[in-house]
Amino acid sequence: MVEVHLWSGLRSLTGGLEVVEVKAATTGELLRELVRVHPQLQGPIDAGVSVAIDGRVIASGLTEPIPEGSEVYLMQRLRGG
Amino acid sequence: MALDDRKSEFSFVGTRPDRPDGLDKVTGRAKFGADTSAPGMLHGAILRSPHAHARIIKIDTSKADAHKDVKAVVTRADFADVPFKPGLEGEFWNVLENVMAGDKALYDGHAVAAVAATSALAARDALKLIEVEYEVLPHVTDVDKAMAPDAPVIREGAADYSVPEGMHPNVVRYHESGHGDIEAGFAEADLVIEDSFVTEATHQGYIEPHACLGMLGNDGKGELWCTTQGHWIAQKTCAALLGIETSQLRVTASEIGGGFGGKTTVFIEPVALALSRKANRPVKVVMTRSEVFRATGPTSSASMDIKIGMKKDGTITGAQGIFRLQGGAFPGAPGDMTAMCGFAPYNLTNVHQVGYDVMANRPKQAAYRAPGAPMGAFAVESVIDELCNQLSLDPIDVRLKNAAYEGTKASYGPRYERIGLVETLEAAKAHPHYAAPLKPGQGRGVSCGFWFNHGGETSVSLALSEDGSAQLMVGTPDIGGSRASMALMAAEVLGIPYENIRVTIADTATLGYNDVSHGSRVTYASGLATIKAAHHAVDKLCERAAAKWGIPVDAVKWENGCAVPSGPNAGDFDPMPLADITADMGSTGGPISGHFEATPEGAGVSFGTHIVDAEVDPETGKTSITRYTVIQDAGKAIHPTYVEGQYQGGAAQGIGWALNEEYIYGDDGRLQNSIFLDYRIPVASDLPMIDTVIVEVPNPGHPFGVRGVGETGIVPPLAAIANAVSNAAGVRMRQLPMSPPRILAALKDNG
Amino acid sequence: MSKFHVSTTVNGDTVEYLCDPRETLLDCLRDKLNLTGAKEGCGTGDCGACSVTVDGRLVCSCLMLGVEADGKQVETVEGIAEGDILHPLQKKFIEYAALQCGICTPGILVAAKSLLEKNPNPTEEETRYWLAGNLCRCTGYDKIIRAVMDTAADLREAS
Repeated sequence: MVEVHLWSGLRSLTGGLEVVEVKAATTGELLRELVRVHPQLQGPIDAGVSVAIDGRVIASGLTEPIPEGSEVYLMQRLRGG
Repeated sequence: MALDDRKSEFSFVGTRPDRPDGLDKVTGRAKFGADTSAPGMLHGAILRSPHAHARIIKIDTSKADAHKDVKAVVTRADFADVPFKPGLEGEFWNVLENVMAGDKALYDGHAVAAVAATSALAARDALKLIEVEYEVLPHVTDVDKAMAPDAPVIREGAADYSVPEGMHPNVVRYHESGHGDIEAGFAEADLVIEDSFVTEATHQGYIEPHACLGMLGNDGKGELWCTTQGHWIAQKTCAALLGIETSQLRVTASEIGGGFGGKTTVFIEPVALALSRKANRPVKVVMTRSEVFRATGPTSSASMDIKIGMKKDGTITGAQGIFRLQGGAFPGAPGDMTAMCGFAPYNLTNVHQVGYDVMANRPKQAAYRAPGAPMGAFAVESVIDELCNQLSLDPIDVRLKNAAYEGTKASYGPRYERIGLVETLEAAKAHPHYAAPLKPGQGRGVSCGFWFNHGGETSVSLALSEDGSAQLMVGTPDIGGSRASMALMAAEVLGIPYENIRVTIADTATLGYNDVSHGSRVTYASGLATIKAAHHAVDKLCERAAAKWGIPVDAVKWENGCAVPSGPNAGDFDPMPLADITADMGSTGGPISGHFEATPEGAGVSFGTHIVDAEVDPETGKTSITRYTVIQDAGKAIHPTYVEGQYQGGAAQGIGWALNEEYIYGDDGRLQNSIFLDYRIPVASDLPMIDTVIVEVPNPGHPFGVRGVGETGIVPPLAAIANAVSNAAGVRMRQLPMSPPRILAALKDNG
Repeated sequence: MSKFHVSTTVNGDTVEYLCDPRETLLDCLRDKLNLTGAKEGCGTGDCGACSVTVDGRLVCSCLMLGVEADGKQVETVEGIAEGDILHPLQKKFIEYAALQCGICTPGILVAAKSLLEKNPNPTEEETRYWLAGNLCRCTGYDKIIRAVMDTAADLREAS
């Protein structure tokens, strides 16, 4: 299981939870599982999210492996100038 | 990739050779957006709304259509029917609506119709023949007013999932994040300062106006030449807006005369193509400077409330920020980025940040160098400076005490990998500038700044020639010397001279997809892809050498541009130079190329610290920057001179933003300063030399340790200058730009 | 509107063109003579990207009409190098990385050359004020000023 830390703005979509546990080995699985467990997270995920795994920000890749026990944060998709 | 595996000894990287395109650019032969033409070419011109907010009742183009010099007129009906979606999900719709107005004109300068005619003058004249009937609506241009209950609604249904109920429809995206217990944090503090700050919208101010030449047939096949930071995004967006297949539109990027984020989207390109499709002739469209200001992406304006608590020893106990950003009549103002970056330099136990994306009757904001970060840093770092002043603490010591380092939980959530903030602060403290005496009337300011940096989709192809030279094709337009750094990285891997590598910015038909030159990603991502593509070619070179020598390929390694036998199963052979292998490659297995396609993840975040001295004339309110030092972590500087150039350029743009530049709207909602005379960017006589210190804390996510350097340099200046000016004038400046009238007013209020 | 016939000299070559009386010298250089080195950054004389000299005087070619060039000697960035020999300013701009995007470079080179012809030993302040009419958004001017002053020093040494 992976503990996913959400940004606090998402609490209203997860019944107040800021940490959600899902079973996932990759970033893609993680996003799919998040939506399965909390369907309202579809909105932010469609709008674009990045996933930080032990501090490494995965901007958009869905195939990045998530090692057991890693610290995972969901972040808003980054944009640049 | 572990730190130990990374290359740290270099032959080419870190040197400062002449850029490959230098000759073209000093002789006038480099071709920029407006420097091309085609047989049978028409000239396009765009009719723009004079109103900030108006319903378009009717557009009568019949007189223009009938004019002999006019070959096509287009309105919104000539574009594809792109579906509307809320927030940024509907970005194609947002761009289309911006490129050509639908039911309403949403800002002064919004395109409503366009013509193509036989000359530029004829096109301009023909615009006067188009009659538009408007119903003028109430408008709003200020961010705080746009959020007020009585503000005119710009578009219902534009808000996405994130906006809490009960907010005005002009609030279209909402971000909230942080950790700890913010109230407990404030309770622990010896001093809490709460203050509000405002920044005005500024423009990227690239000297080259948008320009393009488009050709599209009714067979759905087209060609587009344009000045852009990313021709694949131009290809994809134009195809969507015109209802054609992406691959049928070939886009070539011209040399680009500055972008800074403003050329990451399209404005005139779909219009030129729509005109061309209708006229069945090539159409060139070139914006005037006034069109650039009125209708292309300024940055967001911002209104911000900051509250920070500090102990007497300088420890920050709690930090809170509310950041409201106005991004024009469309979703996209980076309030989320402002919120996530504002406190990112610091190791905070209790932090809370809120960001708003607010629509107003202004042009659609576009990215501008670390979009969202500079304004947040201005507000946050001003309050930290004031806390230092009131607690009599040294501003660099306080920042060092609170600085984030590897393992710190970032204000936006995750823990940092290896970062270089502390190193920039230590370098700032040790720099002679920080110890230099100030003259009466001068003040010194410091500020830190943070930016995420970006990776993005990247394709690179490298082909070797028989004579041993190499052609490198990259897909990221060269906005500041990147051909030089790409050639250096390829030379490093191949071991052939820098001069033997020709770097070309490939068009969309000759290379796979590439994300835009933005997010400080070019040296990082195209660089990484270049290194990998070169390694791919080297693998093949080693295979050919192994076959010639009749030894296993794992007994061959690549050293200094030669295949050399290595290991117990290798024989005794002289090194075989690259050119000896390529000379007969056609008969030893065929042409040798290397390529790499991926979305590199691991751009590595970036920090900088700036020191500024400013002098304020109490009689005129004019500020002079007397000394400026930029210290920033580059990870690894590939071509240090161009890294310095990025630092200096970011600082100079920051100086403009801090002191002069602003979008000024009249009560009628019209932009009042749409030429360079009135929108004054820094000129040579406004600035001092800008000193730079390149700190190198390698990025674990890049083979040579590169971190992007393009954007972070504009994050600290607003705050550093505001702190210097506030310290010089003895009054806290809370609004940018700190133009002479604002400084005089502040001095007067202060008695 | 009928067009005017203009006969002028550009970079030493005799040239002729027909132009509308509303067209600027910049339009004529770029669109009729295909000399696209001079750029239009503003069209209002504020950015200097279109700098050329006319009878030795530095002007913004966007502020001069094409018809006014009749009988004059016009020099543009394309005429700065002598054959395949770059002008010392051109070499120094490359060496110092005094350009990033390069859009302002033609105008700045024309203006800097004009400065050094009038004042072979400019101070930093004089250089900055002379070039104050040429906007550069990329470099912060640091490397441009250094390149111009260092070229001036080299030229003084050589003469």
